[in-house]
Amino acid sequence: MGMTMTQKILAAHAGLDRVEAGQLIEANLDLVLGNDITSPVAIREFEKMGANKVFHRSKVALVPDHFTPNKDIKAAEQCKCVREFAKKMEVENYFEVGEMGIEHCLLPEKGLVVPGDLVIGADSHTCTYGALGAFSTGVGSTDMAAGMATGKCWFKVPSAIKFVLKGKPQGWVSGKDIILHIIGMIGVDGALYKSMEFVGDGIQHISMDGRFTMANMAIEAGAKNGIFIVDEKTIEYVLNHSSKSWTVYEPDADAEYDEVYEIDLSKIRPTVAFPHLPDNTRTIDEVGDVEIDQVVIGSCTNGRMEDLRVAAKILKGRKVKKGVRVIVFPGTQKIYLDALKEGIIEQLIEAGAVVSTPTCGPCLGGHMGILAKGERAVATTNRNFVGRMGHTESEVYLASPAVAAASAVTGKITDPDTLLKAD
Amino acid sequence: MKAKGRVFRYNNNVDTDVIIPARYLNTSDPKELAAHCMEDIDPDFVKNVKPGDIIVADRNFGCGSSREHAPIAIKASGVSCVIASTFARIFYRNAINIGLPILECEQAVKGIEAGDEVEVDFDTGIIRNLTKGTTFKARPFPEFMKKIMAADGLVNYIRTKNAGDGSPS
Repeated sequence: MGMTMTQKILAAHAGLDRVEAGQLIEANLDLVLGNDITSPVAIREFEKMGANKVFHRSKVALVPDHFTPNKDIKAAEQCKCVREFAKKMEVENYFEVGEMGIEHCLLPEKGLVVPGDLVIGADSHTCTYGALGAFSTGVGSTDMAAGMATGKCWFKVPSAIKFVLKGKPQGWVSGKDIILHIIGMIGVDGALYKSMEFVGDGIQHISMDGRFTMANMAIEAGAKNGIFIVDEKTIEYVLNHSSKSWTVYEPDADAEYDEVYEIDLSKIRPTVAFPHLPDNTRTIDEVGDVEIDQVVIGSCTNGRMEDLRVAAKILKGRKVKKGVRVIVFPGTQKIYLDALKEGIIEQLIEAGAVVSTPTCGPCLGGHMGILAKGERAVATTNRNFVGRMGHTESEVYLASPAVAAASAVTGKITDPDTLLKAD
Repeated sequence: MKAKGRVFRYNNNVDTDVIIPARYLNTSDPKELAAHCMEDIDPDFVKNVKPGDIIVADRNFGCGSSREHAPIAIKASGVSCVIASTFARIFYRNAINIGLPILECEQAVKGIEAGDEVEVDFDTGIIRNLTKGTTFKARPFPEFMKKIMAADGLVNYIRTKNAGDGSPS
């Protein structure tokens, strides 16, 4: 019996010729990640373990991005704890405000993850790097601490669900719509404990930014990881961003999958997840009249260049509906700067949006755009749980940057095509 | 190792945002976190929970964010055990790592209601609903997990182990 992509990466990092689903292994880590929320707990555990140095100075990444720029005194204390630890341990990949970004936008941009890598991060959206053909998964702070101290982590080898993507997405349909469609189909625990492996000819029509969005939300189906086959676009991305050497793993032809889904990308419509779960999806044609108070465009899910370009394409020369608040937060300082140079930021501001420094802020109800009781937001983020973005009686609708931007103009959830035709 | 207490009963997909909302994550102090445990799904939880009480929920308990603050808040609130049909994987790992006992047992979940008195024997995996007089069997913890629980978490377990045989890990 052959192995899946994920199983091959795990076997290689455990020094084994082969592994099978359910097997417990200990594997070597290429990168251990933490942020300002999870790292302070990990640092405490690291010290309790009696560890006095990290396993590798260049294989630990610390990114204060959640409550930064420091939102209050307690958040400042947490960031200080991470900063001092990074300095003491001489961690090479510590990113201060000014050079930082939202961790899952930043690490690929900095070339810290390449195909075939094994990455753990104390943040559930660490699965983002599967877009690069790497195995990456979210863990808690104690696992992060043990990973920083030993460079190893134990795993139960996952089985997998295969998604064969065919055809070409039409119109405004993006990676966000595809992954929302898939989560709507299999449910928020549809891939619990498993890998989601994305293969098929349709992948060539999905940009790297779109693939990051899709792998990012694998956790919203309960998956351990989401992973894409490596193609020319992946190689081009890696050559442009990294000097690390990489290994391409392909699934064996006789690899075993728990389930196989064939998805025709040409049939997918812009998709929106209604409150309060990411699997509560409807196509844009089934949305009905949903008036909104706020639009959030950004996050580790949709804060990349392509996302900002799409938003600007729709908002350029138009005005945000009176009474609607639009908050755009680019994923990294580089994305912010590139968007400035392209004129995107100017277009967004002229339309009436506010542009924030990179931060996780509003996505998790931290700061910079919290919702009051009864308010509704369309967000390009990843979760719409009860109270996720503010008051427990507020509502979050998950959508693509195109739908979010069109909704900003009309004040209700809108198909971008409808908006453009109306003009 | 046993647990006994009154049951707080929840449905599917209890996420870590409702277990401990992000607005309280500017601290990692267990007592402060416990003061807001389950606040967004059950505002009375903190007021009513007593040491030893048990949380019982349906599928996918602990989904969402990787915040270890979630099992830390539950444990610090006095809860002795969480029983669910299934757990989200990161929560599962985190709970074991910090020494919060958790069991997967769908039959027990179906046979337990809010307020029931329940007793759990972690060595055998036997779950007794004392209120209804019914018994269920979950798969007991493997040996290494029992040791982690007995040591009150992975870090203490590693420390104790190292102190015992003198070898670094």
